[in-house]
Amino acid sequence: MTDSTVSRRRAIALAGVGVAGIAGAAAVGGALAKGGAGEQAAAADGSVPFAGEHQAGIVTPAQDRLHFVAFDVITKDRERLITLLKDWTAAAARMTAGHDAGEIGAVGGVPEAPPDDTGEALGLPPSGLTITVGFGPTLFRDAAGRDRFGIAAKRPPALDDLPHFPGDVLDDSISGGDLCVQACANDPQVAVHAIRNLARIGMGVVSVRWSQLGFGRTSSTSQTQATPRNLFGFKDGTANLKLEETDLLKQHLWVQPGDGPDWMTGGSYLVTRKIRMIVETWDRSSLAEQESIVGRHKGTGAPLGMAREFDEPDVKALPTTSHVRLAHPDLNGGARLLRRGYNFVDGSDGLGRLNAGLFFMAYQRDPRKQFVPVQLNLSRHDEMNEYLKYVSIGLFACPPGVSGPDDFWGRALFS
Amino acid sequence: MRTTPLLALAAAGLLGGSLAACGNDGGDSTAAAAAGGPITVKASDTACEIAKSTADAGTSVFTITNGGNKVTEFYVYAPGDRVMGEVENIAPGLSRELHVELPAGTYETACKPGMIGKGIRAAFTVSGSSAPLTDDAKLAQATDSYSRYVKSQTAALLPKTEEFVAAVKAKDVAKAKSLYPVARTYWERIEPVAEIFGDLDPKIDGREEVAEEGMEFTGFHRLEKDLWAAKPDVAKDGPIADRLLADVKEIVAKANAEKLSPLQLANGAKGLLDEVATGKITGEENRYSHTDLWDFNANVEGSKAAIAALRPVLEERDAALVKTLDTEFANVEAALGKYRAGDGWKLHDQLSQADLRSLSDAINALAEPISKVAAVVSKK
Repeated sequence: MTDSTVSRRRAIALAGVGVAGIAGAAAVGGALAKGGAGEQAAAADGSVPFAGEHQAGIVTPAQDRLHFVAFDVITKDRERLITLLKDWTAAAARMTAGHDAGEIGAVGGVPEAPPDDTGEALGLPPSGLTITVGFGPTLFRDAAGRDRFGIAAKRPPALDDLPHFPGDVLDDSISGGDLCVQACANDPQVAVHAIRNLARIGMGVVSVRWSQLGFGRTSSTSQTQATPRNLFGFKDGTANLKLEETDLLKQHLWVQPGDGPDWMTGGSYLVTRKIRMIVETWDRSSLAEQESIVGRHKGTGAPLGMAREFDEPDVKALPTTSHVRLAHPDLNGGARLLRRGYNFVDGSDGLGRLNAGLFFMAYQRDPRKQFVPVQLNLSRHDEMNEYLKYVSIGLFACPPGVSGPDDFWGRALFS
Repeated sequence: MRTTPLLALAAAGLLGGSLAACGNDGGDSTAAAAAGGPITVKASDTACEIAKSTADAGTSVFTITNGGNKVTEFYVYAPGDRVMGEVENIAPGLSRELHVELPAGTYETACKPGMIGKGIRAAFTVSGSSAPLTDDAKLAQATDSYSRYVKSQTAALLPKTEEFVAAVKAKDVAKAKSLYPVARTYWERIEPVAEIFGDLDPKIDGREEVAEEGMEFTGFHRLEKDLWAAKPDVAKDGPIADRLLADVKEIVAKANAEKLSPLQLANGAKGLLDEVATGKITGEENRYSHTDLWDFNANVEGSKAAIAALRPVLEERDAALVKTLDTEFANVEAALGKYRAGDGWKLHDQLSQADLRSLSDAINALAEPISKVAAVVSKK
């Protein structure tokens, strides 16, 4: 029963619960054998390869669900932190393959012991789960400037503290963090299961600082995906970097040799923003005003004055305060981002307003040259700000992928 | 709260030989006093003079005379502060005897003038042959050791509850308020045992919302509500107070008669920390008095006592786990220690969210490894 290759479904079948799971396993196996479009693509209902040059979950075609969590490291012991990263890597490899978090599993152990998997994903397929880890600036030096784990000298210049953006009213309790984990999947239960188990493995070493659930990807990261709509009802991310654009990814997404410390080569920098949308007032504004603010037609997603979604906008013809114009690479020194945001609705706010918006996530090669200038431009001029509140921010260095079973997240950083 | 399934496990016989072994009560063989007669202990407010620092394996008898002005206690500790035996409440001028069965090994003796702190310690070595210890014998010793702990706590719970009840009935609100968290300390240390008796626990320790249809809201928290009301009023609480004392007397008698299984110790140790993580961290348990940190500390002490009783078994089977537990217990104690206030603790509503988070983190870090103890205990 301790065979680590026992999948969640197999475990169920072994437990005698039923045979439906075996049929499901066969279907996934077939899908995996066929291979997908691109190395990072998940087979339908299947698993995304865990090991690779880059971490999965960045250019992987955006799944529909998110559970994102930021942790504070509460140990001072470097070895405990390294052990945790090893344990997390092993658990993530298992879970993304559709197995239980631990080697024994949710139902395979002795009755007296708590299971080493929490069990709510039993019987569910891998669901395209990806788990992506990042390191925040405070992991290198804390607020008092202390070199916490002997890695301060390895802090990349690109992981520079972000400036204050005009209009930001940030809640520190849902911003920042020493470590982050992004779990994306096509089934929310699978994403939540992944974060819950990693948080449990981390008890005593890390403490959950904040977390965010997301639904409805707001970007497409592959040309095979249709452009989704955000909660303002507009297509978002039409001009996003796509996994098929390998040259552009080298230029804008992946950290290249010589960019900074070697341990980040092949990695990427993640900026997160929780952006509350005041949807009630937005919904009372006219269609013409909405389209003018965004710079797109609401129906087709085409830039104003154009016919089709992917037509190149005439930037100079767009309203000067429109979102598309202000975010366009032509006005930002050619800067581009790989956006991977999700809608969120955290219930209502007590005044009967939806506590809703966009959990923005963008990956890039160097935030100083990409996110920061674009966001400064938007913060100063974007008419959409009337309907937005920026309530959190986070910055994380996401290391390259792990090479195989003996490798772990951050090995090069801590070696 | 969740001890019932454990009882069911025990009843189902899953514990096999280890349970049966618990039936061997190795202590209390007073006839077997060690050769050479009792070991005299002269206790005072500042000293603890012990006539001998060595003994032969078997039953040792200590005669403790309190020549000081403070009430004192005498303990024999095994490594990890596992209580092998103790005498509490030795009033000034009195002598008391302690019979304790000690296998070969190193121990510490301690007098505790004023009944607080770590006490005045001295090394005590026991050598010679004692019966070979099988695994099951060790587990039996663990439960015997923990039973002694339960007895020590119930011995204090009863008089402290009596004092508290007397203050309520005398309508001395200030005194009752000061005694409330103190009496509860002894209760909270052995709560998992108390919870075995499902009907009594809610009567003694139930909160208002747990009272079932037709059940009266009684016990500590009912009195807490009246004592900490904007206008404290305990004029009508005499019967409630009497009822509390009667219920406590009943549970003390039952707890001392109960034969525990080693698994109950393991899960009790975890259960106490779960109590902290769910009710004390949030301030729900003592929502009127805010004395949650008294309970918090008592839960941790009770958890530590259960683990200490199991220590010889754990060290043999999973020494690394023992090391982890030692570290995490120390971390919890250090984290909690920041909130000491005089003889007691800061009130829950004096702590910031960040304070509570650091306590919560420390408890989680300890509770995860403790959750592994039961499996170690149950493995053959």
